[in-house]
Amino acid sequence: MQGFGAVAHSPAESAFPDRWQATARALMEVVAGAVEASGGEFRHSIERMDPGHYLTSSYYEHWLTGAATLAVEHGLVTHAELEARAGGRFPLSGPALAPPVADAGPDAGEPRFGVGDRVRVRDWHPPGHTRCPGYVRGKAGTVVRVDGTHSVPDIEAHGTARRYEPTYSVRFDAAGLWHDGQRGVTVHVDLWDSYLEPA
Amino acid sequence: MSEGGHHPAPLSPVERRVAALEALLTERGLVPEGFIEEITRRYESEIGPLNGAKVVARAWVDPGYKERLLTDGTAAIAELGFGGPEGDHMVVVENTPAVHNVIVCTLCSCYPWPVLGLPPSWYKDPPYRARMVREPRSLLAEMGCPLPGDVEIRVWDSSAEVRYLVLPQRPAGTAGLTEAELAGLVTRDSMIGVARL
Repeated sequence: MQGFGAVAHSPAESAFPDRWQATARALMEVVAGAVEASGGEFRHSIERMDPGHYLTSSYYEHWLTGAATLAVEHGLVTHAELEARAGGRFPLSGPALAPPVADAGPDAGEPRFGVGDRVRVRDWHPPGHTRCPGYVRGKAGTVVRVDGTHSVPDIEAHGTARRYEPTYSVRFDAAGLWHDGQRGVTVHVDLWDSYLEPA
Repeated sequence: MSEGGHHPAPLSPVERRVAALEALLTERGLVPEGFIEEITRRYESEIGPLNGAKVVARAWVDPGYKERLLTDGTAAIAELGFGGPEGDHMVVVENTPAVHNVIVCTLCSCYPWPVLGLPPSWYKDPPYRARMVREPRSLLAEMGCPLPGDVEIRVWDSSAEVRYLVLPQRPAGTAGLTEAELAGLVTRDSMIGVARL
């Protein structure tokens, strides 16, 4: 996304300026623990918010909406109960954008790429959750670090299947990412193995 | 609704929704006694940028520690007793006269909790997340951190499981300070990379 204005920077602030924010955070931890949500499922519960609601609500309202959505989807509470108790509308996130993954395929144990290798990010549009930022899709970069193997978020967000793959830190020159990329800038993005192809 | 009667001020719509979810989950026995207070205490007083400042100060006074920190951030940070969620895979990036590092999470709000605490609001908001990868040189200047044109800027997008910590340069004129005094100079923003010391 672009076209945003100034960053509302402050050098220090308390963790929870309002008490309800701490409660919202704690309730997400309660729900995520009760339904054994993966990190991917947690993040996707927020990504599925109506875009207008997401952009006009605060960070911990996102957490509240995600927590309530997961609680309803996993049968802990019903939407009607939430609205009755709140005495008004209780907007939830929309449905998951991809079906559960039935067969995650084999884990990728050995890294396909090493430090210094040129790689290109696949130019594709996964329908559900992903941790592949849109701004690097189709772009070529250089591997600068190979990390351990980690559960692929695109899979863990949509069911109980899991696949583990290496992740890499890939360096992109700003001039290759943006038509007006600033000089002397590199952007490093951490990417799962299956997001990449040889360049 | 009955819970409104216990509060002097009327609850906002989001507060009513939080109270509704809390009440329903509590009735189902899912919220342990004192859990919300425990979460509040943990994030308000147990973790925070003071931890990261101790790591930085140790690296400034102990070259062996600095080497370990840059080689295996997670293990070196654990030497000082810090670790846990969002700190299991730490990479520390070093500022030099020629290179400035800055961290961002364009996808959500990933941040190294054990050493920096919870992220500030602006770190989680769309303007910072979008602009720090698109125009970091301008944004850093706007945030009070102008950099000479020949200083390379390295932006680190925390898009997978690694969390980053910037190791700022030790300020000039601090040769006589103790490690604890040095830690007092290290700001949260310098460890995110939106300020220099």
